[in-house]
Amino acid sequence: MARAVPTRVKARNTAIAWIIAILIFFPILWTVLTSFKTEATAIADPPVFVNFQWTLENYVTVQERSNYFRHFLNSVVISVGSTLIGLAIAIPAAWAMAFVPGRQTKNVLMWMLSTKMLPPVGVLVPLYLIFRDWGLLDTRVGLIFVLTMINLPIIVWMLYTYFREIPGDILEAARMDGATLRSEVTYVLLPMAVPGIASTLLLNIILAWNEAFWTLNLTAANAAPLTAFIASYSSPEGLFYAKLSAASTMAIAPILIMGWFSQKQLVRGLTFGAVK
Amino acid sequence: MGRITLDKVQKSFGDVEVIPPLDLEIEDGEFVVFVGPSGCGKSTLLRLIAGLEDVTGGDITIDGTPATDLPPAKRRLAMVFQSYALYPHMSVRKNIAFPMKMAGIPQDEQARRIDNAARVLNLTDYLDRRPGQLSGGQRQRVAIGRAIVREPAAFLFDEPLSNLDAALRVGMRLEISELHKRLATTMIYVTHDQVEAMTMADKIVVLRAGHIEQVGSPLELYRTPRNLFVAGFIGSPRMNFIDGEDASSRGAHTIGVRPEHLAVSDSDGVWRGTVGVAEHLGSDTFFHVHFDGRDEPITVRATGEVALKHGDTVWLTPDEDRIHRFDQQGLRI
Repeated sequence: MARAVPTRVKARNTAIAWIIAILIFFPILWTVLTSFKTEATAIADPPVFVNFQWTLENYVTVQERSNYFRHFLNSVVISVGSTLIGLAIAIPAAWAMAFVPGRQTKNVLMWMLSTKMLPPVGVLVPLYLIFRDWGLLDTRVGLIFVLTMINLPIIVWMLYTYFREIPGDILEAARMDGATLRSEVTYVLLPMAVPGIASTLLLNIILAWNEAFWTLNLTAANAAPLTAFIASYSSPEGLFYAKLSAASTMAIAPILIMGWFSQKQLVRGLTFGAVK
Repeated sequence: MGRITLDKVQKSFGDVEVIPPLDLEIEDGEFVVFVGPSGCGKSTLLRLIAGLEDVTGGDITIDGTPATDLPPAKRRLAMVFQSYALYPHMSVRKNIAFPMKMAGIPQDEQARRIDNAARVLNLTDYLDRRPGQLSGGQRQRVAIGRAIVREPAAFLFDEPLSNLDAALRVGMRLEISELHKRLATTMIYVTHDQVEAMTMADKIVVLRAGHIEQVGSPLELYRTPRNLFVAGFIGSPRMNFIDGEDASSRGAHTIGVRPEHLAVSDSDGVWRGTVGVAEHLGSDTFFHVHFDGRDEPITVRATGEVALKHGDTVWLTPDEDRIHRFDQQGLRI
C-alpha cells in the first residue's frame, strides 16, 4: 500500500537530502573552483566563491612542470590492468564457491575479507623490502600486482554474491545439454552475470584509480599514477593550493566522467538481487 | 534405444543414506514414473541417472554401456526441470539450438530440427522471443523442445508440471503423453502427484525413504498394492484402513477398502455411521462417514449427485471381492 506523505514532510526530506548532497559534493566543487584562481586568491580571507579573476594559468603551469599524460597513462594501465587480472582470477574462484561450495567455503570467504581489515601500513615494510629485492619498486607491474591482491577479496565477494543469484538449475541444464565446463561458463554463466561483472569492473577500476597508500609508497617517477602526481603538489615549503587543485581536478576528472556515464550500471550492479 | 539398468545404485550425503542399494530395469520406450511423498529420494534417483549427482555405490548402464562415470553430457539423456531452467539471455530459438550447438550439429540440420520441434510444440510464433516474455506453459514447452532436438536415448522429467496452474497441468499432461506415443522414446518422470503417475505411466515406481516399495503398471498397483504404504498412496481419494474385529473376522490385521468400493444405503448394510462432510464434485460425491469408536471417518465415493447431508445416518457395504487384506507388518496377504 502506498503511504501518504504530507507535503511538509516531503519538503523537509528534500531539503535534508540536498544539504547532505551539497556537503558531500562541496570539497570537489571547491577544488575545481580553486583550480581556476590565482595562488593569491586561493588563500584569500574571507574566501571568494565565484567572483574572482578566472584563470587557466594553474593548468598551464602544472602541465609545464610535470607530465600529466604519463601519470594518466600509468593510472589507466594500473587500475584497468589490476582489475582485469583480478577478474580473471576471481571469476573461477567465485564460480567454485557459489556453485560447488565445500565445507570451508564460508571460512575461506571470511578469511579473504579479513585481509581487508589489516591496516596496509602493517605490511608496508616487508612488502617494500620484497619489492626492492625483486626490482619491482616504481614499476607498473609491481603496482598492478599489489593492487590486484588488495582488491581481489572485494572482486571475489561481489562476483560470489552475483553468481549466487543465478539458479543452479540453469547451469545443470547446460551440463545436460552437453556443455563442457568452459562452454557452461562462457555461454551461460558469464552472459547472465554481465550486470554483476560490469559493476564489479567499474567499482574496482574506481578503487584502484583512487588507491593512494601503495601507489605513493611504492613509486617514485616512472610508474607514478595520478595520485602521486597530486601529491607532488602538496609541498611543505610553499603555498600551491591553486596548482594542487588544478592537479587534483585533472586527476579526478577522468574517473568522475566514467562514473557519471556508468552510474546506471553501477547502481544496478550494486543493488543486484536486492529485489527479485 | 533407451534401456536403463540400475544395479545396486546407492547414494549417501555424508553419513546420511538417501538411497539404499537399489535395482531397477527400465525398458526401451517405456514411460516410467517415480512417485512418492516429498523427500522420498525420487528426484535424487533421477539426478543419479542424469549424472548430476555421483553415485556412492553401484552401477548405471544405459543401452548396455556403463554410464556410472560418464559426465551428464555423455549419457545421451535430456532433462526437463521443474523450474524450466531456460537460458534467460537467449531467444527461444537459441535455447532450443543450444544442445545442438554443443554437439556441433550443422546449422541447416539445427534449423530443420528447431522448425520441427516448434511445430510439434506450437512454438513457431514465439521463436524470437525471450523466455521472460512467455507464459509458464510456453516456457515448459520450450524446455521440452530443447530436450527433443537432441534426440536423446531417454527423457528425464523432474516434476515438470508443478509450477503450472491446474488447468494447464492437465493439458500439458496430455501433451507429454502424446509426445511419448509419437516419439516412442524412454521417459522417466518424477512426480509427487499420484494422479499424474496413474494417468501417464506404463510403469510406476513407488518410492519411500529411498526404498522401492513396488513397481508395476498403474492398474496393478491399484488392484494389488503390495503393502499399506502403496495402498494408501495410490488412488484418490485414498483407501480406507480398518483394524480390529472387522479385519480379524476377515483373517487380517488391517483391511483396506477403496472409497469407490463401498455401497451406500439409507436403510441397511454392514456398517452404520453418520455423514460428516460431503464434497460435491458434480460427477462424484465424496462423503466422510463417522463411526462410533473410530477416530478417522471413512471416505465413500458415490457416483453423481447424491442427496445426503451432514448428520444423516447411512449404511455402508464393502464389495467383499475388493477388500485388501494386510498382515501385522502391513504386507498384503
